[in-house]
Amino acid sequence: MLNFIVRRLLAMLPVLLAVSLLTFLIASLLPGDLALVILGDQATPENVAALRRDMGLDQPLWWRYLSWLGHVVQGDLGRSFRTGQTVLQAVAERIPVSLQLMLMAEFIGLLIGVPVAIACAARAGGAFDRFMTGSAFAMLSMPSFLTAILLIYLFAVELRWLPATGYVPFTEEPLANLRFFVLPALTLALAEWPGIMRVLRSDMIATLQEDYIALAKAKGLKPSRILFVHALKPSSLTLVTVTGINIGRLLGGTLIVESIFALPGIGRLLVGAIYTRDLVILQGVVLLVACGFVIVNFIVDMLYAVLDPRIRHGHA
Amino acid sequence: MATLELSVPDEEVAAPVGRQRKLGLLFWIASAWVAIILSLAILAPVLPLQNPVDMDMLERRAAFSAEHWLGTDGLGRDELARLIFGARVSLTVGLIAPMIGLVVGGALGLLAGYFRGRFETLVVGSMDVLLAFPPLIFALAVVAYLGQSVPNLTIVLGVLGIPAFMRVARAATLTLARREFVIAAEALGASHARILLRELLPNVILPLLAFFLLGVAVTIVVEGALSFLGLGVPPPMPSWGSMIGEGRDSLDVAPRLAFLPAAALFATVLAFNLVGDTLRALTDPRQGAL
Amino acid sequence: MTAPLLTIEDVAVELPTPRGNLRAVDHVDLSLQAGRTLGIVGESGCGKTMLSRAVLQLLPKKAKLTGRVMFDGEDLVRLEAESLRRLRGRDLAVVFQDPMTSLNPVLTIGTQLMETIQEHLELDAPAAKARSIELLAAVGIPAPEQRLAQYPHQCSGGMRQRIAIAIALSCEPKLLIADEPTTALDVTIQAQILDLLAREQRRRHMAMIIITHDLGVVAGRADEVAVMYAGRVVERAPTQALFKRMHMPYTEALLAAIPKLETAPHTPLPAISGRPPDPTRPLKGCSFAPRCNYAGGRCHEAKPVLTSAEMAEHLYACFHPIRMTEGIEA
Repeated sequence: MLNFIVRRLLAMLPVLLAVSLLTFLIASLLPGDLALVILGDQATPENVAALRRDMGLDQPLWWRYLSWLGHVVQGDLGRSFRTGQTVLQAVAERIPVSLQLMLMAEFIGLLIGVPVAIACAARAGGAFDRFMTGSAFAMLSMPSFLTAILLIYLFAVELRWLPATGYVPFTEEPLANLRFFVLPALTLALAEWPGIMRVLRSDMIATLQEDYIALAKAKGLKPSRILFVHALKPSSLTLVTVTGINIGRLLGGTLIVESIFALPGIGRLLVGAIYTRDLVILQGVVLLVACGFVIVNFIVDMLYAVLDPRIRHGHA
Repeated sequence: MATLELSVPDEEVAAPVGRQRKLGLLFWIASAWVAIILSLAILAPVLPLQNPVDMDMLERRAAFSAEHWLGTDGLGRDELARLIFGARVSLTVGLIAPMIGLVVGGALGLLAGYFRGRFETLVVGSMDVLLAFPPLIFALAVVAYLGQSVPNLTIVLGVLGIPAFMRVARAATLTLARREFVIAAEALGASHARILLRELLPNVILPLLAFFLLGVAVTIVVEGALSFLGLGVPPPMPSWGSMIGEGRDSLDVAPRLAFLPAAALFATVLAFNLVGDTLRALTDPRQGAL
Repeated sequence: MTAPLLTIEDVAVELPTPRGNLRAVDHVDLSLQAGRTLGIVGESGCGKTMLSRAVLQLLPKKAKLTGRVMFDGEDLVRLEAESLRRLRGRDLAVVFQDPMTSLNPVLTIGTQLMETIQEHLELDAPAAKARSIELLAAVGIPAPEQRLAQYPHQCSGGMRQRIAIAIALSCEPKLLIADEPTTALDVTIQAQILDLLAREQRRRHMAMIIITHDLGVVAGRADEVAVMYAGRVVERAPTQALFKRMHMPYTEALLAAIPKLETAPHTPLPAISGRPPDPTRPLKGCSFAPRCNYAGGRCHEAKPVLTSAEMAEHLYACFHPIRMTEGIEA
C-alpha cells in the first residue's frame, strides 16, 4: 500500500511541473505586456522599461520561469498590484466559500443521484427508470447558468422565498448563510446528479447481472441487503471516480454560479481578476486551482485503492 | 459453458425493438431542429430581418407585435433578429472549435493508438496536463490574455477539446489495430501510412464524428457561459449566452428576454446531444465488436 | 414410500429473444427423495442450468415459467417473495459453476458466510463466527480463522469453491443444488470437490442435485440420473441401471465422448456430430433425430414421449432404443 502511494506521488510530480510551466507560458507568451497593463494609459516608455526591469520581464524566459517557480515552491505566488493582497491571502480568504458551495452541491447531487440510480437499477426498464433516464439526459443539456436563471426567477422573483444574491459567513449567521447557499448549491447539484445517476445506474445494472448477486439471492438475503451491500458496494468505486471527476466541473461551475449569486469565492476572484486585468492574481489562482485538481485526482486514486481490495493487494 | 444460457441480460433480450423505435422519433425531431437552426443561421443575412444591433430607445422591452415578432430587448433591439444572429455566433464557435479538436485530437489519437510506445506516452501525458485545468477556467484565463473575439474564443475552445477527441480516437484505434483486417494488411506488407489512412481512419472516423456532435453541444454551452459572464463574444454582437446575461437584469419585468434565448440554447444543445448520443451508440467499436 | 422432497411437475421455461421465444426447458417432470442424489446430465444449452434456476426461482426477469415446483410441500413457483426468501439459503442451497464470479469481490469471506447464518439462524455475531470457522474447517480449509478476514481474490479457485460450499451448507439445507460445481476448476481439484460434496451430503443427510455435462461425474455419486437434450428429459434411470443398459442414443453418444484410460493414445474421440437444434425453432420430431445414427422416418415426424420398458424406473424417449446385451462398466 505504501509502495503504491509513493509510486502515485512520484507520477504526480511531472504533471504538476508541466502544469506550472503551461500556466507560466500562457501568462508570459501571449500578447499583452504586463507592465503596460499595470501602468495603464498614462505609461511613458521610460516608466514601462523601468517597471519591466523591476519585475524581471527583461530576463530570458527560462530564467523568469525558474525564478517564478522558485518563489512558488516557497509559497510566494506574487501580490496583486491592484489590492496589494498576496495571491495566497486572497485565495485563503475565499476558499471557504467555494468549498462550502462545492460540498453542498456535491452533497445535494449525491442525495438526488444515488437514490434515483438505485431505484432505476432495481427496476431497470420500468416506467420510473425510463422517466428518470430521460430527465437526466435532458438535464445534461442544461447549462448551469440556465438553471440559475430559472431558479432565481422561480424562488427569488416569483415566490420570493430565497435571496437571489448575497453572502454572510457561516460563523456569523449560520441560518442566513445557508439561505444564501441554497440556490447556488442547488444550481450546481442539478447539473451534477444526472452524471452521478447515469454512471451509477449502468454500473449497478451490470453488477446486478453478476453471479454473486444470484448467489446472494439464493442465500435468501433481504432485497435491501442485496441492493445496498452486495450491489452498491462494488459500484461505489465508480461513484468515487465520478465524484472526483465532478470536482473539475464543479470548479468551473462555481465560477459561473458565484458570479451570478454574488458569492465571494475563488470563482468570483478569478472573474474579478479578469475584469480588472489583475494578471498576477489570475496566474496564481489558475495555478492553484489546477494543482488542487491534480491533487484531488490523486486522492480519488487513493480512495479507489481503499475501496477495492483487489487494487489494495496489488492484483490490478 | 452452462452459464451462457443465463447471461442473456434482461435488457438485451427486450430492449432492441422497443428502444430503437422510441429513440428514432426523438432522433429525427432533434435532427430537424438542428437543420432548422443551421439554415436560419446561414441564411440570417438574406432573411428579411431587422438589424440586430439597431437600438430604438423609445421601444425598449416592447411586447410581441407585427413589427417585432418576439418584441425588443432592453435597448430596443429586435429580439427575433438577435436570436437568429445569436445562433450564427453560437454555431460558428460551436462547430469550428470541435473541428480543431477533431483534426488535431483525432490525428494524435490515431497515431498514438497505432504506434504505441514512447510517442503514446508523450501524447497521453501532455493531454493529462491539459486536462489538469478545469476547462472553463482555462478558457477564461486564455481569453483574458488573448482578448475577447470570436476567433480567439474558437481557438481556445478547440484546443480544450483535443484531449477528449484524442482519447476517443486512441481507444477506437487500440481496438481496431488488433482486428484481423489490420493484421492482415500488415502481413501483406502495407506501409504504415496506408494502414493508417486506408484501414484505420475510415473506421475511426465514425465514432469521432459522433463524438464531434457531442463536442458541439459542450462547446455551445461553454461559449454561452463565457458570453453570459461578458467574457466571450464582445458586445454588441448578439450571442445566446450574452442575451441571457443581459436578460437576467430584467427577470422581474420581462423574463422572456432571458427565457427565449435560454430555450433556444437548451433545445439546440439537447438536439446535438441526442443526435450525437444516438450515433455514438451506433458506432461505438466496443459495442460493435460484441 | 414417503412423499418426495422435491417434485418438478411439467415445468417449462420460455425466454423472449429478438429472434422469438426460446424454449429453454420443455415440460420436464422429475422428483427427488430426501437424502438422495440426482444427476442431471447434458451438453451446453440443453436447459439443465435453466431448470436448476427454475427450481431456485432465479430465472431472468423476462423468463416465463409454467408448471409446479413442489418443495417440502410448497409450490415454489407460487410462493410469495418473503416466504421464498426465508426458504432459500436455509432449506434450499446452491453452489454455482464458477467460484471466481459467484463470491462478491468486495466483501470478506467472513461477511459472506456470516450474513447467511445470521439471516436464517438466530445466532449472535460470535456464535455465527464460531459456526463459520467450523464450516470452513469442515470443507477442508486450513487456518479457517484467518480466512474469515480475507477477500475472495486472496484464495485459489478450489479454495473459493470450498468456501462457496461452506456457504451453501451453513444452514443445514434439505436440498443442495450443485450447478457444474467443478467445470471451472483444475482437473486435479475436481475429484476433491466432488468427494467433499458427496461426503457432506451423506453426513448431513441432505438431498442433492448435481448438474454436469460429464456422465463420469455422476457415475459413482448419483442415485439417479436424468439426461437432458434440447430442454427435455430424454432418459432417466437409477444410475446403475442406466450404465448397465442405456436406451437413448444420445446418452450413448455422451458416454462415448468421455475419454477413457484404456483407449490407445491419439485415438480420436467420437464427438457428437452437428449441433443441438435452434431452441427458438422447435423441430416437429425428435430433437436429436438430425444427429442420431439410428434415426428413422418416424423420428422426424413425431416427438417420442418418456416411457418405460422392462424396468419401471427406467424411462426413455426414443422410437429406436438401443438394446445392448452387455453393459458398460462405469
